[in-house]
Amino acid sequence: MRIYTLDFEKPVVELEQTLESLRKQAQEQKIDLSAQIKLIEEKLDATRKEIFTSLTPWQRVQLARHPRRPYMLDYLQRIATDFIELHGDRRFADDHAMVGGLATLGAHRVMVIGQQKGRDTKENLMRNFGCAHPEGYRKALRLMQLAEKFNLPVVSFIDTPGAYPGVGAEERHIAEAIAVNLREMMLLEIPLVAVVIGEGGSGGALGIGVCDRVLILENAYYSVISPEGCAAILWKDRAAAPQAAAALKLTAPDLQELGVVDGIIPEPLGGAQVDYDASAAALKAAIGKELDHLQTVPLAELLSARYGRFRKLGVVQNQGTRSQTRKPRARSVNS
Amino acid sequence: MFEKKPKLTSTKTKKRDIPSGLWVKCDDCDEMIYNQELIANLKVCPKCDRHFPMTARERISALADMGTFQETNANMTSVDMLKFTGMAAYTERLKTYQRQTQLNDAVITGLCQIRGHPVTLGVMDFTFLGASMGSVVGEKITAVIESATERAIPSIIVAASGGARMYEGILSLMQMAKTSAALARHAKERLPYIAVLTHPTTAGVMASFASLGDVIMAEPKALIGFAGPRVIKETTQQELPDGFQTSEFMLEHGLIDIIVHRKELRDAISKTLQYFAANGGRKSKAA
Ligand SMILES: [Zn+2]
Repeated sequence: MRIYTLDFEKPVVELEQTLESLRKQAQEQKIDLSAQIKLIEEKLDATRKEIFTSLTPWQRVQLARHPRRPYMLDYLQRIATDFIELHGDRRFADDHAMVGGLATLGAHRVMVIGQQKGRDTKENLMRNFGCAHPEGYRKALRLMQLAEKFNLPVVSFIDTPGAYPGVGAEERHIAEAIAVNLREMMLLEIPLVAVVIGEGGSGGALGIGVCDRVLILENAYYSVISPEGCAAILWKDRAAAPQAAAALKLTAPDLQELGVVDGIIPEPLGGAQVDYDASAAALKAAIGKELDHLQTVPLAELLSARYGRFRKLGVVQNQGTRSQTRKPRARSVNS
Repeated sequence: MFEKKPKLTSTKTKKRDIPSGLWVKCDDCDEMIYNQELIANLKVCPKCDRHFPMTARERISALADMGTFQETNANMTSVDMLKFTGMAAYTERLKTYQRQTQLNDAVITGLCQIRGHPVTLGVMDFTFLGASMGSVVGEKITAVIESATERAIPSIIVAASGGARMYEGILSLMQMAKTSAALARHAKERLPYIAVLTHPTTAGVMASFASLGDVIMAEPKALIGFAGPRVIKETTQQELPDGFQTSEFMLEHGLIDIIVHRKELRDAISKTLQYFAANGGRKSKAA
């Protein structure tokens, strides 16, 4: 039985319930309902396809936030062996909204970092709903630099509504913690792979996202501001979040077109929460493929490609000629 | 033409930067100030020292040695990449602000000298869409830092920002990575970068280049922080401490180096650069 249902999932859930009761009835009363069951099964398949192959951006945002969606540790449980969690920023605290540690992903020994949400109220209080404080970003950087020291690639799992907006976070300089990560990740002499597995919430996501390759799960999103926040400012109404979600171009296909992500990892029909194992297998395969490749790239090339990857993001026009921004050497400024 | 040097055009302070009306009332001390006197005083209230907002062009006139400023990427403008469909179209907003401010976007960048020190200078202007960082701001800031790195000279940025350029969606966010990347390379060459924070410096700008200065200076009583005070109050349901997110608060918490009165800013920058250059500048990394 599902614990939680999104509005647009309801037709699917209703059919699932009908199917279940038919099966129960058939078993208990020992009658043959296979014809009816087959009919409902077909209808269920068709309904699933109809709903989940034409998701609106806002529906994807809701799926990305689905309370049953697999989180970083759910994936690690399935794709990693010998995980040794490492704690703390060695300065102030251990931020439970940011998890990190040594892990073996198939053939690769790596450092993993990423935000972790809670599954229930108690766990969410501990995980702060996946909203890290400065300590989280500093822990992540400490672990990435540790990885660099011993030549281990880093895999970063992005899943946060955003960095935490609080008094303590400001007092301990959340802005600087993120900024320093952006600068230092650019120079790390190891391969870096990021995957947006759920919510890619603004600077809090980017703070662990400056990587050689940035992947995204099919229904995850990555945005400069939450649709609600954008709606509140530009529509003066949080209820306009669905319109804002569409306007922000925050879905995986949009992000790929903009060059912000390099690849999309497919999810089971209905979303990653429908089948944890299948989602994890797809994730593992995609990460493995990137690591296999990145480990063959010479260091100088790796670093200059990382710089170039972010350097070109943005669109400007100069005296009426539109261009994607490029390295200054290649730009004809005077023409 | 493939040319390394950015395009150079000179910028003069324009008459229209001067607020209309002969008298201005100070919000802090209620003093009526003669406009010409306010301008002559670098827009600082002669009675209470309140720092009035300064446009980018006013700032450049106040910082750069006379006649040395050569603007780069002056004609770069924003593109409505996402075809943003909201209550107001992005292109319309841009046109309105371009007309109102006589700026192409929210930053002016260029080369100049500050008391004889050759530097690159980037100055953000809050009057243009709240100095939000879109592709143009990110590109111009990145390019001007790269230009400083190439020339092996210091880079100075006078920051201000009210938030993200939402109309450019995720590309707005990516400017944080881009500008910080340029600073990574600049720092690796052991070249100085000074950030000057003015009222207000927040959000993505604060979480990127504004927080990465070798020396971080702030004007008095500027609002400085990551999240907006209203958002923090709503999220935490907590009363905010007195003076929260002001320059003074930042200094007390050890987050910035120094608060500098606007009249002292030019001196503070040039003296700091003198120290950094004192022993021949950058130390060899192989030492
Ligand atoms: Zn006054």
